[in-house]
Amino acid sequence: MKKAFFPPLLLAGVLLLFGSTTSPCGYAIGDRADDFSLKSVSTKMVSLADYKDVRGYILIFTCNHCPYAQLYEQRIIDLHNKYSPKGFPVVAINPNSPLIVEEDSFEEMQIRAAAQKYPFDYLFDEEQTVYPKFGATRTPHVFLLDRDLYIRYIGAIDDNPETPRSAKNRWVEKAVEAMLKGEKPNPDYTRAVGCTVKKKPEVKPAPVPVQKADTVPMVGGQRP
Amino acid sequence: MIAIRQSRLLFFLIVLVCCMSNYSTSAQSFTVYDSMPQLESRIENAKDTTLVINFWATWCKPCIEELPCFEELRERYAGQNVLVILVSLDFKSQLEKKFIPFLKERQFKSEVALLADQDANTWIPKISAEWDGAIPATVIIKGQQRKFNLGKFENYTELESFVRPFLADVSALKDMSEYPCLTGK
Repeated sequence: MKKAFFPPLLLAGVLLLFGSTTSPCGYAIGDRADDFSLKSVSTKMVSLADYKDVRGYILIFTCNHCPYAQLYEQRIIDLHNKYSPKGFPVVAINPNSPLIVEEDSFEEMQIRAAAQKYPFDYLFDEEQTVYPKFGATRTPHVFLLDRDLYIRYIGAIDDNPETPRSAKNRWVEKAVEAMLKGEKPNPDYTRAVGCTVKKKPEVKPAPVPVQKADTVPMVGGQRP
Repeated sequence: MIAIRQSRLLFFLIVLVCCMSNYSTSAQSFTVYDSMPQLESRIENAKDTTLVINFWATWCKPCIEELPCFEELRERYAGQNVLVILVSLDFKSQLEKKFIPFLKERQFKSEVALLADQDANTWIPKISAEWDGAIPATVIIKGQQRKFNLGKFENYTELESFVRPFLADVSALKDMSEYPCLTGK
């Protein structure tokens, strides 16, 4: 047991613990998601169970400030308008902490949803308890669920953030079409560039033991 | 002026030879990799150098905030076969409007590149299976060894301790936990 305190091992342990600021975890394809209750821009609390007569959900972690989320905003509106009548509404969730990005505050969400006339629910993961369960790491990040909340697709909307018309693969549309036919989406997992989810600051120990305990890690302070 | 002409000649030669674009903007040069295989050959050519590759973009606020820490790392380990490459994922269409002005302002000493490969779904897992595309993200590559970090390093100490296991001979860790990457020293 004493060996655990041998400095190199301790260092290795600390590196294991803190070497990576975020580790990808969360639901995998085929997992069943837990429902949630989050505040919508209408100030109403919304759960997936509130949606009646749906065949599934196009759950999208997105936000106000991220340029990639902005590039995809109209496509998210279009997805809802196209697939909500077919039983697949878009449910948008902002996972970001306004302590990091002011533009992603609840008030700013309300302003953006009104200005852009969002036809879907735009929810705020204020406690940041929902996005980690899903394993959402970026905005926008799509999770396609069937009516029983089983995860069927995780990934990007399409393969061309900058020019929608030039997209060669419209993955979410393809996945929803497959599900409407009772088939499995293929591919069911894609990757894309995006902004990291902005986690609220937490006080954590310094990454490497330093001489005295009076060294406090920088948290907050000079953040925008 | 001669230097500029030479660099222009070199620019055309390089374009002809390997279809990559090298740009030089008043002391800040950078390479545009149109496809991942081009960046991969850059990585392979580095051989036993410890590569610290940071993926960023001018539109990504946390990325911009941590860039000074990578510059600090470059300076501190310049003599230890460590190469920092700052790979931007900015859109190539905004090269003149956003990317080049940003480089002119910052004058990075680290190697700067722009990866313009649109097929992110294919190239992202080539960097790390753990990565699904959110930036900032950093990978350290030394030969066959790789280590990946998603998200921003909050201070210089955090970045340096991430890199240290790859360095054979290191002096005492510089305690810069108060150095928040945002500004200069």
